[in-house]
Amino acid sequence: MSSLSDFTTLSPPVHDEATTVDHPAVGIDQTAGNFSYKVDYAFDAGTGLSEDTIRYISSVKKEAPWILEFRLAALKKFLAMPMPTHWATKDLENIDFQKIRYYLSQGQKPKRTWDEVPDDIKKTFERLGIPEQERKFLAGVEAQFDSEAAYSNIKDVVAKQGVIFVNSTEGLREHTALFKKFFGKVIPTGDNKFSALNSAVFSGGSFIYVPKGVKVAQPLQAYFRINAENFGQFERTLIIADEGAEVTYMEGCTAPKFSTSTLHSAVVELVALKGAKIQYITVQNWANNVFNLVTKRGVAHEDAEIKWIDCNIGSRLTMKYPGVVLKGERARGEVISIALANDGQHQDTGAKMIHAANNTTSNIVAKSISVGQGRSTYRGVVHIPKHLKGCKNNTECDALLINTNSRTDTYPAITVRGDKNSTQHEASVSKVSEDMIFYMQQRGLTEAQAMSLAVNGFINDLARQFPMEYSVELKRLIDLEMEGSVG
Amino acid sequence: MSQLEIKDLHVSIGEKPIVKGLTLTIHSGEVHAIMGPNGTGKSTLSKAIAGHPDYTITSGDVLLDGASILGQEADERARAGIFLAFQYPSEIPGVSIANFLRAAQQARMAEGEELDASAYYKRLYSKMDLLKIDRKFTSRSVNDGFSGGEKKRCEILQMAMLEPKFALMDETDSGLDIDALRIVADGVNTMRGPNLGVLLITHYQRLLDHIVPDHVHVMYDGRIVKSGDKSLALELEAKGYDWIKKELAASAA
Repeated sequence: MSSLSDFTTLSPPVHDEATTVDHPAVGIDQTAGNFSYKVDYAFDAGTGLSEDTIRYISSVKKEAPWILEFRLAALKKFLAMPMPTHWATKDLENIDFQKIRYYLSQGQKPKRTWDEVPDDIKKTFERLGIPEQERKFLAGVEAQFDSEAAYSNIKDVVAKQGVIFVNSTEGLREHTALFKKFFGKVIPTGDNKFSALNSAVFSGGSFIYVPKGVKVAQPLQAYFRINAENFGQFERTLIIADEGAEVTYMEGCTAPKFSTSTLHSAVVELVALKGAKIQYITVQNWANNVFNLVTKRGVAHEDAEIKWIDCNIGSRLTMKYPGVVLKGERARGEVISIALANDGQHQDTGAKMIHAANNTTSNIVAKSISVGQGRSTYRGVVHIPKHLKGCKNNTECDALLINTNSRTDTYPAITVRGDKNSTQHEASVSKVSEDMIFYMQQRGLTEAQAMSLAVNGFINDLARQFPMEYSVELKRLIDLEMEGSVG
Repeated sequence: MSQLEIKDLHVSIGEKPIVKGLTLTIHSGEVHAIMGPNGTGKSTLSKAIAGHPDYTITSGDVLLDGASILGQEADERARAGIFLAFQYPSEIPGVSIANFLRAAQQARMAEGEELDASAYYKRLYSKMDLLKIDRKFTSRSVNDGFSGGEKKRCEILQMAMLEPKFALMDETDSGLDIDALRIVADGVNTMRGPNLGVLLITHYQRLLDHIVPDHVHVMYDGRIVKSGDKSLALELEAKGYDWIKKELAASAA
C-alpha cells in the first residue's frame, strides 16, 4: 500500500479514517456470493448460439464491421474445433451450448458514479462490498454484472497520468488503434475451443493501458458477477504496460448457486513492453455449478516481468493454465497458483512458460488441495528451445490431500533442449492425517478449524506474497470451504 | 477446585480391549504418576480421556467436575480444560507456534468475540520468559523439523498458554536427554499449583526425580494394580516390574 499521504489525497472522505489505515480493507466479501436479484434486462440475446446471436451482440454494442467479422470468423473456428476431451475431462461434454444465454445487460454504458448504478445491481455490489473497496485502497474499479460493466471508475490522480482503464466495449470504441494492435495477438482466436468461443461472443472485461514509465501505485480491480441462470460470461481483458510501466490488476469473481450450469469463459491478454511489470491477481469463488474455462497469457518483452497469482476456489470444473511468453532477453515470468477442489469439483490448473529469448527466467509454484471427492490436476508446460542460452526455470508442485477419497494428478511437461539452460522440478504430495487433526482438536480447535489451519499452513508461503486484503479474503474462503466439508 | 474422575474405564482399539477397568480420581493441585511396563495401556488411557476417535470406550465413565465428558468431541474436552501433552506431537507445516496458539485461544472465545492481539502477545512472551524460551521459537512452524527436546518444549509452552484444569502427560520423558528432561520438569514444576491437576505417564523413575509426585500408581494389563506415594516409584525402580508381576501372580494363586 502507498504512503498515508497518498492514501488520504486519493480517498474521498470516509467516516473512520484512522481505523481504515490501521486495519487495511479486507477483500471483497466473496463468501457472501450465494444470492441473486431479479433483474429486468433491456438487452437479451436469448438462448443458444448462432450467427444471429453474434450479430445481435455486435449490433447492440454498435461495433465496427471489422469486429463483427472477427466474431463471425471465431464462431466458425469454435464450431469446427473438437472438444479437447482426448486430454481433458469428459465432463466438458455436459456443456450444452444451445442452452446458454450469451448476452444479458441493462445497457452498454457503465456508470461513472455509484449513485447512477441501477438499484438492483447496486444492491448486489454493495452486498459484496465493492464501493468500500474502491474508497479504501484501489486506484480504479470496474464491476461487471452479467455481460456488461455496470460501473467503471478510475481515480483522477491515476487518469491524469494517462492511464486508461475502461471496459473492453469502450476500449474498442474509444481506443481502437491501440486495442487492435494487441487484441488477439497474445491469444489467437484458434488457440483453443474456448478462446474461439470467447472471441465470438465476448463482452465486458477490462482494457488497460499504462503509459511509458508510469507506475500505478494502487491496484486496479475488476469484479465479475454472474447473476442470471443458464448464463455464459465471456469477458475479454487486455492489459498493456508500456515501456517501464508498472501495474497490478486484481479480479474477483462470484456467482450464486443455480441448479443448472453456468459457463464462464474469459480470455485475458497481457503485454509487458520493455522493462514493464504486470502483476495479475485472481481470487475466484465460483458456485459449484460453474464451468470455468479461461485462457490467460502474457507476452513479456526485454527486461519485462509478468506475474500471475491465481487462486481457484469453487466451480464445477476449472481449466486454466496462465502462461507467459518470454519474448525479450532477461524477461521474467511467474505463476503462483492455489487450487482447492472440494466435493464434486475438479480443479484442472497449471502454468505455461514459453522461453523465446536468452537469459529468460520463469518460476512456477502450484499448490493444490483436494478435499473429500474433490479432484486436482496440475498441467504444466515449460519450453526452452535448443538455440537459447542462460534460461532458467523452477517448477514446484505441491498437493495436499484431505481424506482418502481425494485425487491428485500431476502432468508436468518440461522440454529443455540444449545444455546452456537449467531447470529444476520438485513435486510433493502430503496428507492431512487423522493424527494431525486430533492434535489440533486437542488444543481446542474444531475439526473444521483444524482442517482450515492445516490448509492455510500449506499455502502460507504463497499467501504471504499476496496483498494483505487478498490473503485475508483467501483465508476466509478456505475457512468457509472447510466448514462445509465437515459433516 | 476441580476433579477428574475415571470410573471403571474400559477402552478398546478395534476389537482389542486395552484398558480393563481403571478407576482413579485426580484433584486440582495433585500430581499423580502412572508407571508401568510397555504395552500395559498407559498411553491408551490418556488418548481415550482426550477423545481420540480410534479409541472406543466400551464401559465406564470419565467425569470432569461431576459431568461426563464421554459424549464430547476431542475439541470440546480440550476447551473444558483437558490437555494432553503428546508422546509424539504432530507437525503442522506452515503454521507458526504463535499463530497456532492464537487460533487455540480464539477457539475458546464466544462467537463474534475477537482475541486482543497485543494482550495475547504480551501473555505469550511472559510465559516464554517464565519457561526460559527464546522469543524466536514461536515464529517456527509447529513441531516442523523439531528435535525431540524442542517438541517437548513446544508442548510445555502450549500447556502454559492454555492453562488447563488437568494435564495428561503421555511419556513426556521418552527419548529425552537429561537437559531436555530438565526443561520438561522445570516447566511442569513452574505450572504446578492449586489450579492444575497432573497425570504423569512414564515408564521410568528418572522423570520423578525432577517432578515429585503426590501419588504413584502402577498400571499392569489395563488396570491399576498398586498405589502409593513417591516411595513406591523408588521401590519399583529398585525391584523392577517383575516384582509387581510376581506379587500379582502370588495374590491370584
